[in-house]
Amino acid sequence: MNATLPYVLCMILFCIGIYAMLAKRNIIKIIIGLSIAEYAVNLFLVLAAYRIGGTAPIFSDGRTPAPGSMVDPLPHALVLTSIVIGLATTAFMIALAIRLYGKYGTFDITRMRELRG
Amino acid sequence: MMSPGTIPLFVAVPLAGAFLIALLKRVKGFPDAMGVMATVCTFALSVFAVLRQLPGERVILDIGSWGARLIPGSIDALRTVGIQLALDGLSTFMLVVVNFIAFLVAVYSIHYMTRFTSKAYFYILFLLMVAGMNGVIITGDLFNLFVFVEIASLASYALVAFGTGKRELEAAFKYAVMGGVGSLLVLLGIIFLYSNTGTLNMMDMSRWLAEHPGSEGLRNLVLGLFLAGFGLKAALVPFHAWLPDAHPSAPAPISAMLSGVLIKSLGVYAICRVLFNIFGITPQLSSMLMGLGALSMSIGVILALRQWDMKRLLAYHSISQIGYIILGIGIGTPLGILGGLFHLFNHSIFKSLLFLDAGAVEYATGTRNLKELGGLSRRMPVTSWTTLSASMSIAGIPPFSGFWSKLIIVMACVEQGLWFYAFITVLVSILTLASFMKIMRYGFLGTIREALGKVSEVPAFMRIALVTLALVCILGGLLLLPGLKNGFLGQAVQVLINGRGG
Repeated sequence: MNATLPYVLCMILFCIGIYAMLAKRNIIKIIIGLSIAEYAVNLFLVLAAYRIGGTAPIFSDGRTPAPGSMVDPLPHALVLTSIVIGLATTAFMIALAIRLYGKYGTFDITRMRELRG
Repeated sequence: MMSPGTIPLFVAVPLAGAFLIALLKRVKGFPDAMGVMATVCTFALSVFAVLRQLPGERVILDIGSWGARLIPGSIDALRTVGIQLALDGLSTFMLVVVNFIAFLVAVYSIHYMTRFTSKAYFYILFLLMVAGMNGVIITGDLFNLFVFVEIASLASYALVAFGTGKRELEAAFKYAVMGGVGSLLVLLGIIFLYSNTGTLNMMDMSRWLAEHPGSEGLRNLVLGLFLAGFGLKAALVPFHAWLPDAHPSAPAPISAMLSGVLIKSLGVYAICRVLFNIFGITPQLSSMLMGLGALSMSIGVILALRQWDMKRLLAYHSISQIGYIILGIGIGTPLGILGGLFHLFNHSIFKSLLFLDAGAVEYATGTRNLKELGGLSRRMPVTSWTTLSASMSIAGIPPFSGFWSKLIIVMACVEQGLWFYAFITVLVSILTLASFMKIMRYGFLGTIREALGKVSEVPAFMRIALVTLALVCILGGLLLLPGLKNGFLGQAVQVLINGRGG
């Protein structure tokens, strides 16, 4: 398998997310777009840590550290943090969407035009 | 020197305050008292940090004592593991600005927020935002910076929606989407940088980049991502669309926080750190910053001229004034950076004051549309005088503080032979004066309307905040006196001039 293929797929996923945010009028779809873009970035973070044929550091014998043959564990900690932050953002935005639906009776963002000028 | 152990208090105190308010929110008066106490503590700490700051010093705390370790397989290459908190001249300068405004805003909110139903939730979110901003300023680790940016941003999204009216919710949604994209771009930049340098520590990153002068492609990609991401948070002109909706929709004290300090600590400060201390400023970057700054300045002020909503007008001026700061810092000479940072200080003072004044007008009259106001100077003398002093300051009339910082920026432009930018700076200043004449003319001068006959001055706590900020506006120029300048502004300027070496 081509080694760059996962990165290309990850980039395509990111673009799908950005496209959904720019082109969709339904605010739920916009939120989904943001989540997709977010997961593309998280996926990229995990990909950046991966080494072909690498193992986890705890499987090394501890006496002969060999950074070249290990999967970098730090991004896995980072990606957890980033997922939690993403969860908070998504939950907040869905709560907003519910309140907006209550006020306007629609999820269509083009019909919400209180702010102009 | 400040003891390293005190650095986490800048984050811990507001966080603990938010937690205690959540626990004891039913106790009468506790949320107000705790909100003011937590911010007064962080403000006192930040003043203490400035007083104890030695020239060129950088106090570092390794969290969990994870100091520098040897890289396996090498003899002398050290690398920092774990998160570092660092306090240098620029950090202490920003901490004073953020916590001073936060303290006065907390005092102001005691009366202002009684109009909203759940004051306790307001103070919880407010303190979380302060904790996030302080965290951004003190951290020395790039991913940790991202986490704190997100804490402050999430709290601010919720605070913009605090009124839960149609406008507030719509503005908060726009703001959350734009802010979310900004954060994603920043995170993407951090990943690119990490996967190449193998570290998240800012100092180690700048060392790696200095040792590997090639890698132009990586540099430009990451710089582009950071500029777009933090530019979205700072509302620089191509990325400014959310600000004129979000800032006026928030309750007045929060507008003051957002315009006064949030866009600076999450946007300008982060841009400065990344550009000056990690990548090192280059002539191309410098001219790009100046271009962005000049664009923000002129577009912001032109859009502001036709606004009739008082807070919306102020929000457009925030875009314009952020342009001044970026222009000053972008020049890159000691004088330019001094002007930019001094304008950052002044802008946070007078723009918070103006938003608090707009809140006072709304509190007393129930409207902030300039067409419906008029003749308030008789009824509300304190609000009127403080607005006048802030307007003079933002328009750059001597001897108010805004004049000195704009003068320094113009001088720095002339010094470098940038006549075009000097001309724009002066022109924008005149247009700013024009739009603030409009606020004074339609809002405060002239005859009072029938409908506003029963209007009276705002309560005492709100007046205290207004008068304190107005005094700083008038006396702010004194910070340029040699004795004060060297300890406070000079230290911050030095950090940026030293760049990667500092």
